[in-house]
Amino acid sequence: MKYLYYPGCSPETSALPYDMSAREVAKALGFELEELEDWNCCGATSYISFKDLLASAVTARNLAIAEKAGAENIVAICSACYLGLVKANNITAKDPEWKEKINKALGAAGLEYHGTVKVRHFLEVIVKDIGLDAVREKVTKPLTNITVASYSGCQLSRPYGDIDDEEFPEMMDELMGALGAKVAHFPQKGKCCGGMLMSTVPDVALKLNKNILLCAEENGADCISTCCPLCQMNLEGYQGTINNKFGTRFNVPVLYFTQLMGLAFGIPAEKLGISRNLASCRPVVVKVG
Amino acid sequence: MQAENVISSPDLQERFWKAMKEIPDGEKFKMCIQCGTCGGSCPSSDAMEYTPREIFAMLRAGYIEKALMANTIWNCVSCYLCTVRCPAEIKITDTMYALKTFAMNEGLYNKKFKAPIMAKAFVGNMERYGRNFEMELLIRYYLATNPFGLLAMSPLGAALFFKGRLPLLPPKIKGQEQIRKIMKAVDEMEQNGKGGAQ
Repeated sequence: MKYLYYPGCSPETSALPYDMSAREVAKALGFELEELEDWNCCGATSYISFKDLLASAVTARNLAIAEKAGAENIVAICSACYLGLVKANNITAKDPEWKEKINKALGAAGLEYHGTVKVRHFLEVIVKDIGLDAVREKVTKPLTNITVASYSGCQLSRPYGDIDDEEFPEMMDELMGALGAKVAHFPQKGKCCGGMLMSTVPDVALKLNKNILLCAEENGADCISTCCPLCQMNLEGYQGTINNKFGTRFNVPVLYFTQLMGLAFGIPAEKLGISRNLASCRPVVVKVG
Repeated sequence: MQAENVISSPDLQERFWKAMKEIPDGEKFKMCIQCGTCGGSCPSSDAMEYTPREIFAMLRAGYIEKALMANTIWNCVSCYLCTVRCPAEIKITDTMYALKTFAMNEGLYNKKFKAPIMAKAFVGNMERYGRNFEMELLIRYYLATNPFGLLAMSPLGAALFFKGRLPLLPPKIKGQEQIRKIMKAVDEMEQNGKGGAQ
């Protein structure tokens, strides 16, 4: 089985461990991630938020290339990329006027998009297409000794709510359960990490991240599992700043769900990029054994 | 800097509603029932000068400058919680985006806010590389907002660099020319769409 894969900018750079572990996990589960040729940025939140038509058109270039390649699906691992692509897709499908505008812009570059490609999130592909039974079969080192706070964040299931519950997402919990992990009670699982506000209005974002880290810690989590590069960066990269600001003492490992899958599949930690995470994941790796 | 408590000129109001009309569901916030679910759900509403509900009321009453000059739209975290909860089914987050677009086109925002600078840096990045070059994005952003912020960020930057997560060279895509053509075509459409108003 083969899926057309849209890595996105962060997984190429600051979220490299996500890309590495996703490719490893796909290989272990017996399907191929074929990278979309010459993809460009999805526009991300900061772009969509003030240049709507431009963002849709530029994002649609990816969909046009995928369509031309005859792909049924395009799979993103970043939640913001996923939503950016879904939005461009939805607007093309539902608004004929915008579809025309987008195609006029694409036409200037010799491209066109008819709306036949389905946008998928990698987490959804694992849980719904591949299935949890197939995942269980691959587990050689069940995560029995660790408690995971599975953090889905916002843009996986909002605003559309078509692949998971809008407020209390459960897909990642189910996956962590299939890996043998104890799933922490974690009411912050669908709350926001602040996204780009970590740079533009840090006071807001730092508080939101403190709430998430505190909730994970209070509920006995050994680590937080994420499915989005920005959530991961905000949660692990600013723990020092948060500790200074709020007098907390967080030192919580924040792993991509694909890294935890890889560990459970017995894939060596270095292939999963685990040493590249900023908050040390050693306690988790040791407990998995 | 707070905008004065005055109703906007008929010209500005006309431009505003025309712009909202061009965006899918852009005018739907006229149907706001003023219940306050948005502000109650919003993770950053305590840092907003007015909640989305209040912004919608102001805009309906014609206080365009006052609504746009507030920090509200720029403090939206894009989490879509208000959108999924709104009983009037207003796409509140997308409306915030539409308001940002209009505010930036009209220059109607507090120049102290940093989000517009980030947004501009992001578009520049796309124009040059077609992908996001994080290093340049952050350097441009901090130089334009707070050069000392760059120093404050440098430990995190160094940590990422040593973990192999912060490349120093920009990405390159073959279709950069396509991206520029798409951007130019959109610009032209938007200029035409403005008609005689500008």
